Amino acid sequence: MSNLLFVIAVLAAAVVGGYLFRLIGQKTTQNRPYFRDMPFLVAFGYVFGAILIFLCARLYLQPTTLESGVPNAVTIFFRWTVHLIAGLALAAFLFRLAGRNIGTDGSKRLFRQMPITASFGILTIILYCIVALMPEVFAPYGEAEVFAKSYVYPFGDPAANGDPAHILGTDEIGRDILSRLIFATKNTMFIALAATILAFLIGGIAGLAAAIFGGWVDSVISRSVDVLMAIPALIFQLLLLSIASFWANSYGIPMVLFMIVIIAVIDSTRVFRLARSVGLGIVAMDYIEAAKLRGERLGYLITREILPNAMPPFLVEFGLRFCFVFLTIASLSFLGMGIQPPSADWGTMVRKLADFIKFAQFLPNAALLPLFPALAIAILVLAVNFVVDWILDKSSGLKG
Amino acid sequence: MGSIAKIIAQRLALGVLTLLIVSFVIFVSVNALPGDFAQAIMGQGATEEAVTAMRKDLGLDQPYFQRYFSWLGNIITGDLGISFAQMNFASNLGGDQLISVADQIYPRFINTMWLAGFAALIAVPLSLTIGVLAALYRNSMFDRIANIGALTSISSPEFFIAYILVLFLAVLNPVFLPVAEVTPGITLGERLYFLALPALTLTLVVTAHMMRMTRASIINLLASPYIEMARLKGVSPMRVIVKHALPNALAPIINVIALNLAYLITGVVVVEVVFTYPGIGQLFVDSVINRDIPVIQACVMIFASAYILLNLTADILTILSNPKLRHPK
Amino acid sequence: MAEQLLKVRGLKLEGLSGETWTPIVNGVSFDLKKGEVLGLIGESGAGKSTVGLAAMGFTRDGCRISDGEVEFDGIDLVNASAAVKRSLLGKRIAYVAQSAAASFNPAHKLIDQHSEAPVQHGVSSKSESEADGMELYRRLRLPDPDNIGFRFPHQVSGGQLQRAMTAMAMACRPDLIIFDEPTTALDVTTQIEVLASIRDIVEQFDTAAIYITHDLAVVAQMADKIKVLLKGDEVEESDTRTMLSNPQEDYTKSLWAVRSFERPKKPAVNTGATPIVSIKNVTAAYGTVPVLEEVSFDIHEGRTVAVVGESGSGKSTTARCITGLLPPKIGHIEFDGQALPLDYRRRSKDQLRQAQMIYQMADTALNPRKSIGEIIGRPVQFYSGKTGSEKRRRVEELLEQIELDPGQYINRLPSELSGGQKQRIGIARALAADPKFIICDEVTSALDQLVAEGILKLLANLQDTLGLSYMFITHDLATVKAISDEVVVMKDGRVVEQGPKDEMFQPPHHPYTDLLLSSVPEMDPDWLTTLLDQRGVDNIGDAAVNKMA
Repeated sequence: MSNLLFVIAVLAAAVVGGYLFRLIGQKTTQNRPYFRDMPFLVAFGYVFGAILIFLCARLYLQPTTLESGVPNAVTIFFRWTVHLIAGLALAAFLFRLAGRNIGTDGSKRLFRQMPITASFGILTIILYCIVALMPEVFAPYGEAEVFAKSYVYPFGDPAANGDPAHILGTDEIGRDILSRLIFATKNTMFIALAATILAFLIGGIAGLAAAIFGGWVDSVISRSVDVLMAIPALIFQLLLLSIASFWANSYGIPMVLFMIVIIAVIDSTRVFRLARSVGLGIVAMDYIEAAKLRGERLGYLITREILPNAMPPFLVEFGLRFCFVFLTIASLSFLGMGIQPPSADWGTMVRKLADFIKFAQFLPNAALLPLFPALAIAILVLAVNFVVDWILDKSSGLKG
Repeated sequence: MGSIAKIIAQRLALGVLTLLIVSFVIFVSVNALPGDFAQAIMGQGATEEAVTAMRKDLGLDQPYFQRYFSWLGNIITGDLGISFAQMNFASNLGGDQLISVADQIYPRFINTMWLAGFAALIAVPLSLTIGVLAALYRNSMFDRIANIGALTSISSPEFFIAYILVLFLAVLNPVFLPVAEVTPGITLGERLYFLALPALTLTLVVTAHMMRMTRASIINLLASPYIEMARLKGVSPMRVIVKHALPNALAPIINVIALNLAYLITGVVVVEVVFTYPGIGQLFVDSVINRDIPVIQACVMIFASAYILLNLTADILTILSNPKLRHPK
Repeated sequence: MAEQLLKVRGLKLEGLSGETWTPIVNGVSFDLKKGEVLGLIGESGAGKSTVGLAAMGFTRDGCRISDGEVEFDGIDLVNASAAVKRSLLGKRIAYVAQSAAASFNPAHKLIDQHSEAPVQHGVSSKSESEADGMELYRRLRLPDPDNIGFRFPHQVSGGQLQRAMTAMAMACRPDLIIFDEPTTALDVTTQIEVLASIRDIVEQFDTAAIYITHDLAVVAQMADKIKVLLKGDEVEESDTRTMLSNPQEDYTKSLWAVRSFERPKKPAVNTGATPIVSIKNVTAAYGTVPVLEEVSFDIHEGRTVAVVGESGSGKSTTARCITGLLPPKIGHIEFDGQALPLDYRRRSKDQLRQAQMIYQMADTALNPRKSIGEIIGRPVQFYSGKTGSEKRRRVEELLEQIELDPGQYINRLPSELSGGQKQRIGIARALAADPKFIICDEVTSALDQLVAEGILKLLANLQDTLGLSYMFITHDLATVKAISDEVVVMKDGRVVEQGPKDEMFQPPHHPYTDLLLSSVPEMDPDWLTTLLDQRGVDNIGDAAVNKMA
């Protein structure tokens, strides 16, 4: 109840404050257009934002242990959050600064127009790719190496059940979490990339074919896609994976192959829709008509006239699909139908370590165990989304 | 009005047809399993006679298409079969207290509807408001923060958002409960209290998508010449939105809502698992792991029907909101 | 001496391109008295619409007034608050947009949109303004004025919508109306009645107006004085008659001269000569919708046949039949006396090569991802098999033919060229096939007049040097006058009339031909008045066309 009252009080303060803020602004600036024409909502927004910043600062500055000696978990977690965001932003800022001063003129110009979110995205994608390509270099231990002590807490403080040898702790059967996080990068990114590429091959070819040939080809493919899309993707994937696990068992085909194919086929329906509409847009162009009337063959039309123009929207869509596939794999693994042990995987790790969240009040360090893998997923997907958002914003010309 | 009735009738027929084909696709997928169900239910130790008897019980000795049509007929009459887990239980212990799949699903379906409905009730107004505001004040501080927030939420797996909420709102500040194990017969207040965190998780996920789509379609709309015309007539900004933008925004907004409610259907699966909420999503995941085919089939049919129904509703509402179709030349 | 209404001084506007503000209007000044009509003319990018809106104190998103004054009846519109501006807009200053179809809200009835401004500004009640709306519809000669207001915008034709929008602007009896290219999107026969009704109503209520257009002949009918803009700069301003008879600046003179370009007359075609292209009794349909009915005409070697007609008359469909994209249902196409296969897919490479096409929108006709060298080089290689340096020499030769410097342009992308240059590349691509016959589909209608004239002259020169035959599809009769030898008039998928140009422009002819040809505005400021006197107010535009049918 007191929480609710507090929220209401803050909102009321912002309403009154916003009104006063605008009034004072109008009086002190002799009714300058900026304050004169300021909508109330904007004034409210400024004051509300200021109150929020103040509250956050107060929370941040509270001591980390209460007088009773119990850790002040709320402040500890809030500080971690702030440090994480500030650290990422700083890294992105430095990366952009470097990009603006190093490299060719073209790349420098690119970095100059880049918002901080996009530079964070690019930096993150590069780092993840490096880790995914050579996890052995970064991981202190092997992927499935089991140690004697399970459930070691992060940060290597022996007093808090830590171990300097396992800086991020160990899992339920004593495997090093840092190593598993690093190996999972490779596993998950490989499957996601393979599935996305396959989805683009299937959906892209079918979509362009539907756009170019039209008529019954288009009708047949489009109707089939409608049917496939009528079953929610995650549900369909779970169903098919469950069936595929029978096949995998009886014929000894690796489950990973099934995963890639199933995710790709279901995701290709979305790619198909895009490819078809992009294709239709291009096919309607006069330069395609001119090429047809010249007597050009289909192969030339597709490779030389259509594909080069379809590439920019395809690239953006590739980023979005990759994010989607990546989250799908995470969800499937979390639900127990994804990447199977002993292969390391983020979604599975979250599920296995989730119970530690409940100890956050007294053992803040332990509660981080399930959050690390979840963060690893979120940061990569966020990075790709930021880059895609930037490209979309840039290509739409008109900002917003 | 004749043409509009005809278009709607066509859409309805198409919806039913899609559902039929979907049921066939599900049937074929499930029957693509190697070996047979009888063996799977009875396990490796079962005698040949017992398996044959079970096969006969399940109707597996009948031809493929006949099985499909009898399954379809049963679904239409509400008979979703009996789960393998129940049968196995019965065949090993000789009990005859079988609970049908329909009885198993019904209470869980109600629970899931509560969750999805509660989430939608918060998410729809919230995201429409934020989306419209972000469109009106585009490129402002508010718009940028909303956009970054939305992207962050879109980028996070559902379970991450769920655990963060549990961490902050159930563990560190014990405002709500970290699990939502509702039991039959609880009061409305209790139910909403239990549902708070799962619903909030779904809200965050869906709001992000919905807000971005709303913003995009409103921005698109505000660029129309007739909006400029309204402003050039000296109409107040509020009236421009309510009288000129909103009637035309109906179609895109309906589609945004439908698309995201459909997304909720998928979202409930993960969220129900995180909060061990006894809904249809959790039942589905359990039966997928246990390969309990009758339950899987039934759940997929329910999810698909809900999905198709939503899209159909959106389609029809869009048609009804189009002045060109409502007032033909 | 009438009262001063609007005073614009040193008006400068900037537009946001990327992250920086760049000037788009560099200081425009003018005065407007009550009841006076100012014509604002210029080519695309001259900043006419921006100036027109700024005169209302309004700027579009990504655009701002950087300097200067706009004073309306003593009120400073540049610094006025949003509320003050709102109280003027719609009530004392009104706006008529270019596309009425897009500017009427599709969700509301016309009369509801009409009465919005009077009711919101408290000028009159809903029922009063509705009654007044019907009266205005009557004065604007809209059909069924008592009921047309209860229709939705999509249920009313373009020309009628444009008049309904003029009525809407009149609803509060404003002192000033901005007309922003109100007839540009209309067919000529429809344009006339919109022009006539706008002029009448502005005169009746003694409303001042700014009339923005790129069409000199139109502005000559409407304006008391004319101001010429070029790329955001003022060129000159004077009263209409002086401006037409005695322009001072070179730019204005060149604009005026465009309309006088005309090719010398060619000798008559030998009777009995085989035409290059012969269209025989072509009937065609999209699915079951008939679009062409028994169309026949010939195109002779070295001649230009202009196919004219309004939108929907079937002129572009005829081109699609000739190229084989839309095989006719009945009839056939002969090339040099030989019947062509109807479907382009069954034509030989050589048959395809002989007939080439140039498109209206150069933007969509050139692949944006290919360099100019590749675009022109492909047909060279495809038809003649030339590669390497041989191909490059031919491409350079073609670029010289279209008067572009090969060294400068061969590696550029289409996006790096201006509209006129792109259209020249389209011509070069057609020439690369070494054809005998070229279809020009509205090739100049997307271009500014001076640029269009350059293209027409280029096409004329190429015809003389290469002996080409053209089929020239256009709705612009000035273009017909400038370039054609023979004229084919089409309406509703049929050929109404055809014959040598000089004869066609001399009445009497088929009534539709006369109507169409006489509807083209002329530079004479008395042209509209004279025409209306001849035809009578009830016999113009749609009304006249309908009577004929």
